[in-house]
Amino acid sequence: MNGKIVNQKAWFFVIPVLLLVSFNAIVPLMTVINYSVQETFGDNVFFWSGLTWFQEILRSERFHAALTRQAIFTGAILAIEVPLGVAIALAMPRKGIWVSVCLVLMALPLLIPWNVVGAMWNIFALPNIGLLGKGLNALGFDYNYTRQVGDAWFTLILMDVWHWTSLVVLLAYAGLVSIPDAYYQAARIDGASRWAVFRHIQLPKMRRVLTIAILLRFMDSFNIYTEPVVLTGGGPGNATTLLSIDLVKIALGQFDLGPAAAMSLIYFLIILALSWIFYAVMTRNEEQ
Amino acid sequence: MTRARWLVPTVYILFLLLPIYWLVSMSFKTTNEILGHFTLWPQNPTLENYRTIFTDPSWYMGYVNSITYVSLNTVISVAAALPAAYAFSRYRFLGDKHLFFWLLTNRMAPAAVFALPFFQLYSAVGLFDTHLAVALAHTLFNIPLAVWILEGFMSGVPRQLDETAYVDGYSFPRFFIRIFIPTIKAGVGVAAFFCFMFSWVELLLAKTLTAVAAKPIAATMTKTASSSGYELGLLAAAGTLTIIPGAIVIWFVRNHIARGFALGRV
Amino acid sequence: MAKITLENLGHSYLPAPAAPADWALKEMTLEWQDGGAYALLGPSGCGKTTLLNIISGLLRPSRGRVLFDGRDVTALPPEERHIAQIFQFPVVYDTMTVFDNLAFPLRNRGLPEPEVRARVHEIAEMTDLSALLATRARGLTADGKQKISLGRGLVREDVNAILFDEPLTVIDPHLKFQLRSKLKELHHRVPKTMIYVTHDQTEALTFADTVVVMNMGEVVQTGTPEELFARPRHTFVGHFIGSPGMNVIPCTPENGRVLIGGEPFETANPPPSGGRPEGRFELGIRPEFLRIVPDGIPARLENVADAGRFRIADVTCLGHRLKLLAPEGQEIPADELKLAFDPAHSWLYRNGWLFEEGESP
Repeated sequence: MNGKIVNQKAWFFVIPVLLLVSFNAIVPLMTVINYSVQETFGDNVFFWSGLTWFQEILRSERFHAALTRQAIFTGAILAIEVPLGVAIALAMPRKGIWVSVCLVLMALPLLIPWNVVGAMWNIFALPNIGLLGKGLNALGFDYNYTRQVGDAWFTLILMDVWHWTSLVVLLAYAGLVSIPDAYYQAARIDGASRWAVFRHIQLPKMRRVLTIAILLRFMDSFNIYTEPVVLTGGGPGNATTLLSIDLVKIALGQFDLGPAAAMSLIYFLIILALSWIFYAVMTRNEEQ
Repeated sequence: MTRARWLVPTVYILFLLLPIYWLVSMSFKTTNEILGHFTLWPQNPTLENYRTIFTDPSWYMGYVNSITYVSLNTVISVAAALPAAYAFSRYRFLGDKHLFFWLLTNRMAPAAVFALPFFQLYSAVGLFDTHLAVALAHTLFNIPLAVWILEGFMSGVPRQLDETAYVDGYSFPRFFIRIFIPTIKAGVGVAAFFCFMFSWVELLLAKTLTAVAAKPIAATMTKTASSSGYELGLLAAAGTLTIIPGAIVIWFVRNHIARGFALGRV
Repeated sequence: MAKITLENLGHSYLPAPAAPADWALKEMTLEWQDGGAYALLGPSGCGKTTLLNIISGLLRPSRGRVLFDGRDVTALPPEERHIAQIFQFPVVYDTMTVFDNLAFPLRNRGLPEPEVRARVHEIAEMTDLSALLATRARGLTADGKQKISLGRGLVREDVNAILFDEPLTVIDPHLKFQLRSKLKELHHRVPKTMIYVTHDQTEALTFADTVVVMNMGEVVQTGTPEELFARPRHTFVGHFIGSPGMNVIPCTPENGRVLIGGEPFETANPPPSGGRPEGRFELGIRPEFLRIVPDGIPARLENVADAGRFRIADVTCLGHRLKLLAPEGQEIPADELKLAFDPAHSWLYRNGWLFEEGESP
């Protein structure tokens, strides 16, 4: 299609990347697989336990609960961030200094260390000293995210929207500015409505970048750990204990390496499978 | 409707700035003011919190450590990704598609899953608590991203450029360094920016792989918070300072950020 | 269907234009007859696309008015002007089929579906798209896509004029000719005003009955292809049209004749017989009208290029490099070359413009 030359020597160019990524990916992955099929009673003595851990995890209530919470969280933030990001990108200026100003300000949340994001929201939303918490209570809402489950979820999702919507905006905006003016001009001449322009010009042209945006947001939201831990610590109770948080609790808190490893693998496979399906569907549609 | 268009980004930016404002304003307050009574802006602005950070090595060394491993990671990631991206953009070879997807899957690996094995791995090779350990660990998710971005930029450069250079008698390394890299320098800038960004914001692995000598600033914050009680003003000041490097970097690449992702392939 | 009049039109992209260079379009008044085939010819950046966008309403002129059949439409948006425009890069709606693409302008205007279907089939037949109606537009080649944009323009019955903005730029060379003849044929079947913007003289001269030549934001000449060739009003037209372009030689007017290197020449538009007119004077003569003769002005042959039915000779004459066309069979002597200038096709230019008789000296 683009006439690339077949050249097996190209592998030499890939070697540095291969070595670095393999070192980081394969050895730890092997370690995890190793733990997942063994049982230990301490003192570094391990016994083969087969797939027991996997069966146990897949049947456990706790895992199901964490997975459900994770699915709700990921679904909610995708449902909010993608349409919101597209809407903001559509309303952005196309030329002039305001573009730079908007882009720089919008990118700010992306550049803040994740635990600072968590800490910042933790304070911002506190009902006694935070602007958000104090503000909501002053408006007559009984808001306390450290005690009420609904408030905790609201804060968690609001924080993620605050943190990551800009990524969708940046990508959607990149897709929008790559549309040549002639398309808009032709649409005006054809008498197209605002909605028709969005439906038949802007949306199709944003498709590629939106695929990237959804994929990245999906993967990253499934992996989210630091921000919710700092914000709510998974609480109140287990109300906001997402998959990663639960995993770390098991692995480091209770030092149950076997179940933790098995859970890691199940978890990794879920992300991999869903990403792959999404990727395949989006690219197949593209080829049509 | 078109008249009110500017309202949407403006309201969104205000929403983004509110929590940041709260953090910055708190960093200028005394602990008494923060806990005592609710104020919208500092009543008695103080630089005390910043003074503490800049005079106490356990604080400011955190910044030095963070910047050291982030820079190291950016250099390693981009340097390794450049030839690989060139191979993906110019050649077809056995397993290229699978290799590319495999690289991307590493971005999907939850850091939480790998934290413990990483700790064991880097302890085993004697790199625990060094800047290099964090820099190497972060290549796991930064290299795939850098390859992805650079490949997009390189595919935008016509192959005729390569061919002309060979006809003119350039050797491959000389062509690559003297002609090709300058041609895609915008792409290199964007890739470096994203590597910097993701290495700067990541904490879980950085914290796991360090103890004292290479401890990142963000980790210093959590430690201090728990050991010496809630010194919120100090925390806020440290947090404010972590925003600055990113803001500086983003200013330099503002015109290229959007393009960087747009050109990458799906 | 309408006559288009541009009245004292001028445009600048700057908010407060001061110097003449600030104007993308210098003030002009032009008329486009209903049903005419026009070409707007000029080099890149001469303002022709700006002019086109003003006619279609995508751009509002800084000054002057646009009239359709005497009605002022300057303030109207494109959708109310009933204009079709075909762009340099083919615009198709990727997600739609060819049929839906062609139907789009009609459906947007709320036409009943049976009527839409009838129109689309009629236009598809005209533009050779009938066989492709059910396919997705994105899969088509560049020339197919350009036919779709053309079809979207033709499909509306209320269209006043169809504007083309360098429509053949991205078309393969061997298809350009085909598409061009198609356009010409369509103009005969659908006698609507067509304005064709291009920088390619072949495209302009073959498509249009009237060519408007522009340079640096100014209309330099309007005329039939023959007029542009025979009597260029500006040395730029002489250069730009014709291949190779006109020879332009600095000269001094003197007593109804001009002198080049001391040698006297006659021109079709002689300078006044008395006095010394002011300005920069040049003599323009097309290579076709420089003849090789047994007895004339001596010249030195530099180079000969064969262009098929004739040869182009590069010569030095009176200290100037000139080009001349030698028809097939004519010998070009390598030495002892003598030239004659045809006075009926030698034109005198002052400051670039054709010197008009009766002009004040």
